[in-house]
Amino acid sequence: MAKTIAPKQLAQKVINHEETLILDVRNTDEFDNWKIEGGKVEVVNEPYFNLLDGIEPVESKLAKDKEIIVVCAKGGSSEFVADLLEEAGFSNVYSLEGGMKAWSEHLEPVKVGDLADGGALYQFVRLGKGCLSYFIESNGEAAIIDTARMIETYEEFANQKEVQIKHLIDTHLHADHISGGRHLAQKVGGTYYLPPKDATEVTFDYTPLEEGNDIMVGNTAVKVQPIYSPGHTIGSTSFIIDDNYLVTGDILFVKSIGRPDLAGLAEDWVGDLRNTLYNRYKELSDDLIVLPAHYSFAEELGKGGLVSARLGDLYNRNSGLQVEDEAVFRKMVTENLPPQPNAYQEIRETNMGKITPEIEKQKEMETGPNRCAVEG
Amino acid sequence: MDIKANEVLDAKGLACPMPIVKTKKAITNLEPGQVIEVQATDKGSTADIKAWAQNTGHHYLGTIEDGDVLKHYLRKATDEETKEERKHEDIVDLDELRKVIEGDEEVSILDVREPAEYAFGHIPGAVNIPLNELEERFEELNKDKGLYVICRTGSRSDFAAQKLANNGFKNVKNVVPGMSSWEGKTEKDN
Repeated sequence: MAKTIAPKQLAQKVINHEETLILDVRNTDEFDNWKIEGGKVEVVNEPYFNLLDGIEPVESKLAKDKEIIVVCAKGGSSEFVADLLEEAGFSNVYSLEGGMKAWSEHLEPVKVGDLADGGALYQFVRLGKGCLSYFIESNGEAAIIDTARMIETYEEFANQKEVQIKHLIDTHLHADHISGGRHLAQKVGGTYYLPPKDATEVTFDYTPLEEGNDIMVGNTAVKVQPIYSPGHTIGSTSFIIDDNYLVTGDILFVKSIGRPDLAGLAEDWVGDLRNTLYNRYKELSDDLIVLPAHYSFAEELGKGGLVSARLGDLYNRNSGLQVEDEAVFRKMVTENLPPQPNAYQEIRETNMGKITPEIEKQKEMETGPNRCAVEG
Repeated sequence: MDIKANEVLDAKGLACPMPIVKTKKAITNLEPGQVIEVQATDKGSTADIKAWAQNTGHHYLGTIEDGDVLKHYLRKATDEETKEERKHEDIVDLDELRKVIEGDEEVSILDVREPAEYAFGHIPGAVNIPLNELEERFEELNKDKGLYVICRTGSRSDFAAQKLANNGFKNVKNVVPGMSSWEGKTEKDN
């Protein structure tokens, strides 16, 4: 029996930029749609069903003594292929436990920095989807921005840090993943915040985010300041944390900008997106550290796993911020759109509380990359 | 729709790679040209069976969802399908067939593929008699009318056209290459 590796161990290799060789045995369409990326990961794809008669198709591509991590959709085929490789004399083969399904759910906490009056800010990196959420802890309390569906991870983290989760905040109504904010708020007795303009169809009670109504974490230690910044959605809200960090949601990423079309209103919202990126954010300090809700490119993942950039630097090098002509910008944003995220309509309805799919169905809806950026 | 298969493989409740491992094994026991129905519950099996069939040359016909069960239909590849040699001399191409269909002449189209292949898409009005049943079912066909025989690639229909010509059918045409390249109208069984 081949050895296995947990998603957590693989995540550590990726964020620490360790050389990692992956043999992905899913079919090529799925592989092309979505694969493990980042750091110094090298991936070879050969569907498991091409290896049933022997491993010749991959034998020459892999070194017998090198570490090989075999990956499939759910962990069954990778185990099967890992066994075949071992029988063929490969000595250092692992199968990824739970496959891409488990990989998609893993959250890796990465410390962003300490806060001015005590406390700290953490970025939870969902390597399998490129989603980022934020955990702010101060003086025994915590706030989470853009909580993922896997709320247990945050609860365990809060227990370790001995803080109580008080505020669950979503920057916008998500279309690429199911928010865990509402459920975690119910579970811990916290407050769930949403931008009111994104919440016109929700079926539950929430606290509206409004510019000027700052949220305090740990009495008055940390200020989370909402900035209305529409464009990806009509309600999209950014946050300045501790006067130092700018959480941009799906408006501004490190290498790209948000897409305005996932609610079907690209033409209407592209003007808002431009105004937010080219006017509203420009009024803010260049020294703010931008913390987005997603990354789309493996190279955005910095060493240690952190995805961030200085706002002023992005105005010099993010291609989405260099388009002077408004008509050109409009064309770029509305005509260059990548495919939509998997099941995005059902995900939106789930986040509105209109439907409550079973957990297995929710997992299935979330498979695949986030696709929230315009790749200009 | 109700689809006839020569063999039914139960792979329900099995996770990958087992549905394909079992299909691979089961298909070796089939005669070339026969159809297997693979019943699986693993949602990933559809894309994998399709890709596997493409790589091995077996013909993926389609998948039907029956509640939680996915029924995949595959036809085992035959050697003769790849052979170029054809013996029935009266052949028409697909363009010609299309013109004939659109024209006034009353013609019959005989589709000699397996019922499962036929069920997933055939020319409207085509009659289905699979090649291996043809000899027992000659009387269902009109010997004097123009008869256009079609299959997937033109080789089974070539055999069929020869058999028909040898049994007194006067106006038999083999349609080449066949349904694999047909871009005209099709219909499915419901």
